Amino acid sequence: MGFLLRDLHAVAMGRLEISFGRLRLERPGMVASGIMDETGDSMVRMIKSGAGAVVTKSIGLAPRPGHKNPTFTEVEGGYVNAMGLPNPGIDLFAEEMAVAVRAGPVIGSVFGSNAKEFAELAAKMEDYGASAVELNLSCPHAEGYGAEIGSDPKNVRSIVSAVSSSVDVPVWAKLTPNTSSISELGRAAEDGGAEAVVAINTLKAIVISAELRKPVLSNRFGGLSGPAVKPVGIRAVYDLRGALSIPVVGVGGISDWRDAAEYILAGASAFQVGSAVGTRGPKVFGEINRGLEMFMSDHGYGSVAEMVGVARE
Amino acid sequence: MSETVRIIGKMKESRDTYTLEFKWDAPAVPGQFVMVWAPGVDEVPMSLSRVGKIKAITVKGIGEASNAIHGMQVGGYVRLRGPYGNGFDIKKGKKVLAVAGGVGAAALMPAIKETGCDTIIGARSGGEIVLDDVARKYSKNVWISTDDGSRGFHGNAVQLAKEKMSQKDYDLVIGCGPEVMLYYLHKACKEKGVDCQLSLERFMKCGAGVCGCCMMDDKRVCRDGPVFSSEELDRLSDFGTRKRDECGRIVEIR
Repeated sequence: MGFLLRDLHAVAMGRLEISFGRLRLERPGMVASGIMDETGDSMVRMIKSGAGAVVTKSIGLAPRPGHKNPTFTEVEGGYVNAMGLPNPGIDLFAEEMAVAVRAGPVIGSVFGSNAKEFAELAAKMEDYGASAVELNLSCPHAEGYGAEIGSDPKNVRSIVSAVSSSVDVPVWAKLTPNTSSISELGRAAEDGGAEAVVAINTLKAIVISAELRKPVLSNRFGGLSGPAVKPVGIRAVYDLRGALSIPVVGVGGISDWRDAAEYILAGASAFQVGSAVGTRGPKVFGEINRGLEMFMSDHGYGSVAEMVGVARE
Repeated sequence: MSETVRIIGKMKESRDTYTLEFKWDAPAVPGQFVMVWAPGVDEVPMSLSRVGKIKAITVKGIGEASNAIHGMQVGGYVRLRGPYGNGFDIKKGKKVLAVAGGVGAAALMPAIKETGCDTIIGARSGGEIVLDDVARKYSKNVWISTDDGSRGFHGNAVQLAKEKMSQKDYDLVIGCGPEVMLYYLHKACKEKGVDCQLSLERFMKCGAGVCGCCMMDDKRVCRDGPVFSSEELDRLSDFGTRKRDECGRIVEIR
């Protein structure tokens, strides 16, 4: 009887609904930054496909073309990309946000070269209606940005702190796995006032063409994503969950409900999906939602929150 | 999927257009494209002009990347990604008219080969007509149009297509060429009550439906296209009007 009541409650509330920090999402899976999220219409499509929120392409102060092609290639187990932070600049992005926020929650991802730039960008994202901001402290392939500044805990702390004091919406820090201790970066983000950390960004990688005897990507190195990085991401989430008291958003190689469940059981309060939008299509969100709901029902979980970190116990 | 293959053939199609052939087993359907790497220069999307065990691209020299591809020689290597995208969906027994603008003929060639359909190839002048010799191997009716009247019908490919649609009963028009031409071709097909499928183009990075830089409205040209149906085109407000540059900024095209 108790089980039945809880089950009914879960259906009424939406078993997949999550809330962490001050944010409430109807579904726990978000579109990871950089995936079909540069235009208003594409973000609307992703939310309609079943994403609980969309994290925007990382936006900077000025328009930026990114690296020259090739910027992307398939490898066994995933993709390696070095897009190089292409984006139309924060001012023009207002138009895309105006379209996207009407469809559902949008998390504004921003990148800057210092705390002041991050704070300015985050404030604009808040003005545009972003439900939270995600600070890109982890892009592995853009000189002077991302991981180049986000690998130092001191920078992470000061940037998160500057942004936290200039916006009211939750501030998330997206962390790099290309470091000796991701927990240390997580603690710096928490100390700076982050309401959540997001892990992981891509793993720094190079693809060489044997026949043509040179690196394929124009930037030479890029970042590996997809199924190959999943165990690395899960380890990062597992460690961060143990080290921090703020929620962890898991990302890296999730392509089905089981991957998502693994991340949640390792300690993720929510998750993001990137590469699988390419391999499985936008419908991946609907598939994950249905599968996760069935798994939760089969295992007697009334909410995602009950699952978080269970594999750590 | 990516593969590095050897170039086994190179043909000059016109003053500024070459076909490169390579042996490549990857399954492909008419209308699909590949990302072609010109090392040290760029990587660009190119329609396959042959889709069997021997595949080909037919490239007009218009910039750094295409000129670098022209420099590739038989015996050398080329790295390709793909084949990507949705091709033409042609039901057996349908009466098809293929309408190409310039080097857009490349994307239609595999469908022309499979169906033997009537074909129009248009260009500004006679010297820019390519692949008409290949089309003639597979289809009885290959009509040429030139804007300057130097060869075939004096006028553009859409005007000629309208004439042919009035004279003959077609079930489907397939087309590839400059977007403004395709915009008017779509309009002409609707006027004549003929279904159409058109192959579009946008600046691309990943080619695989991941990055979202080639969006037209909420459709990825690389993955949801590059071939779009008449009904899809009806709903694409960007069709014939807007594109996006490398930064994702909107650029008006008409």
